[in-house]
Amino acid sequence: MGTTQQAAPAVTTPPAPGPRHTDGRTRERPLVLRLLARPEVGVFLGAVAVFVFFLIAAPSLRQGGSMATVLYQASTIGIMALPVALLMIGGEFDLSAGVAVITSALTAAMLSYQLTLNVWTGVIVALVVSLAVGAFNGWMLVKTGLPSFLVTLGTFLILQGVNLAVTKLVTGNVATDDISTMDGFDQARALFASSFDVGGVQVKITVVWWLVFAALATWVLLRTKYGNWIFAVGGNKESARAVGVPVTFTKISLFVVVGFGAWFVGMHQLFSFNTVQSGEGVGQELIYIAAAVIGGCLLTGGHGSAIGPVFGAFMFGMVQQGIVYAGWNPDWFKAFLGVMLLGAVLINLWVQRTATRR
Amino acid sequence: MDRSRRIPSALAVAAAAALVLAGCSSGSGGKKAEEGADGASAGKATTPRMTVALVTHQAPGDTFWDIVRKGAEAAAAKDNIKLVYSADPNAGNQANLVQNAIDQKVDGIAVTLAKPDALKDVLGKAEQAGIPVVGLNSGLSDWKRLGLLQFFGQDENVAGEALGKRLNEEGAKKAVCVIQEQGNIGLTQRCDGVKKTFEGTTEILNVNGTDMPSVKSTITAKLKQDGAIDHVVTLGAPFALTAVQSVSEAGSKAKVATFDLNKDLTGAIQRGDIEFAVDQQPYLQGYLAVDGLWLYKNNGNYSGGGEQPVLTGPAFVDRSNVERVAGYAAKGTR
Repeated sequence: MGTTQQAAPAVTTPPAPGPRHTDGRTRERPLVLRLLARPEVGVFLGAVAVFVFFLIAAPSLRQGGSMATVLYQASTIGIMALPVALLMIGGEFDLSAGVAVITSALTAAMLSYQLTLNVWTGVIVALVVSLAVGAFNGWMLVKTGLPSFLVTLGTFLILQGVNLAVTKLVTGNVATDDISTMDGFDQARALFASSFDVGGVQVKITVVWWLVFAALATWVLLRTKYGNWIFAVGGNKESARAVGVPVTFTKISLFVVVGFGAWFVGMHQLFSFNTVQSGEGVGQELIYIAAAVIGGCLLTGGHGSAIGPVFGAFMFGMVQQGIVYAGWNPDWFKAFLGVMLLGAVLINLWVQRTATRR
Repeated sequence: MDRSRRIPSALAVAAAAALVLAGCSSGSGGKKAEEGADGASAGKATTPRMTVALVTHQAPGDTFWDIVRKGAEAAAAKDNIKLVYSADPNAGNQANLVQNAIDQKVDGIAVTLAKPDALKDVLGKAEQAGIPVVGLNSGLSDWKRLGLLQFFGQDENVAGEALGKRLNEEGAKKAVCVIQEQGNIGLTQRCDGVKKTFEGTTEILNVNGTDMPSVKSTITAKLKQDGAIDHVVTLGAPFALTAVQSVSEAGSKAKVATFDLNKDLTGAIQRGDIEFAVDQQPYLQGYLAVDGLWLYKNNGNYSGGGEQPVLTGPAFVDRSNVERVAGYAAKGTR
């Protein structure tokens, strides 16, 4: 069972109901239906629907610059939604992902500032810390066999407390000091938080990174042995282990990849805002998970794609900014957001069901 | 065997550390460029040691509350008071923290009344236990009803009205008021105050305060959606600094004004990025609340005569007086 899933991770249909032959039921289905059954197609249609809806409802969204703003918002969610999606395909999820972003940014800012070092030193130490947090999550999970909900809830609380307490202890305030005048800041900002001009529109570099990471994740998922391992451990851990998939390595490494994402987004926040408040980030983990789920990743693991969460994050950015572009009553902001997202998920579900029905 | 392997790795670690400390140091900014100093100090009282609990509705990691706490600590140090600080944004939890202070038999409680009715019962218990309670920051319209001795804070409506008048003087026509926490009464009152006195039009914009990139893009989106906006009003210092970036990204000519201060904000006022800030002087709120309890215990005094609140704001900080304030803000006390 596990092996069939591994061999074709991008299978367009869930396992067929039975291996019957030549009775007409297993004949090649129309291309449209096969396409629709892919995990990312539902969300793609949902995103298109939301996009068209707001293009009609919000005239000011039709300018190129507005689209750049939507894409920027989507990219800061999307960069984290990618590793979170991979982890979810691997059968786990991470509640500490939101505050881990801030942990990383705080580490880099405080280390550079307090020791008066080149900011790159802080950036690299923050990377080590972020990867270590991910490895700790994975290691605890594998060692104890506890559900990822419990393990990462623990890490979430620990990081939230540590973020606040250490910042206060080190800086005497609850926010870090401004590092924008320090050596290396401009280079780091160019890498993590610059923007460039495309036909008179300022596009943020995070958008490029987001798409690069998405392409990389897609390649890993569909074309490498490691990608097969991810589907296998998410589908059925025991049968995966039985056919020789290194389950422990796969799970821990997926958490480490989430750590990498947290580092990257954390560095973006630090270098675009110069300082970090230690209480930020709480609640973001749910948005990352939501973007992955909207993108067609199952909460139970074993199914999903890397391109789906890209559309999921785009939809989030689109709805969040679209409401503002449309100039709607802001009291309803969160309610609108919730309704649009539920609607999108339902379209997603409907498309999947229609596609897999005959 | 083992040792020979360890030595090179130990050397590598040492070399890396040396590189980090020597080669990678920054020539500008950083801790070395900052001068450290503490807040105001006014000697120390010889009155008997007492314990005061300060219970606020602070959300973790908010720069504003850090300043309140510093003021309270400064007063406690001066008055020979042991200060017990606790906070929880959830009203029920805050009530439990007040109960906890009563259980500890403290000599006085200073409390914020963000959600006054949730604290009504527990404040009654404090009264029964004979513990004096003062209010600070939020609850201006409720402190007397709940039987508090005195109140130190800013009338959010009055502060908003003051900001609205100032916008009129600046010749503003259309302002957007950015709320970083949807449903917070104090924040809503500020925007209502602005709306009341401002002769132009005011619009509200809700943003997700725990996610800065999202705050930035939402303000940018609003400015693009409505080119007529000439002033962005934020309700907290970090959001004002983000709004400055949004304005430049949206290619807008809007100016930024804000409530509340912090040290980065004073720099932005000096540079002219931000027009002015309405300061409610959080340090003063924390300081006076604790000092007020000390005066009550040791001399029977009531600030405001127990009838009127003691207002700590609105105080305007702009280019004309920012120099004086900047030094204190750098220490985290303004």
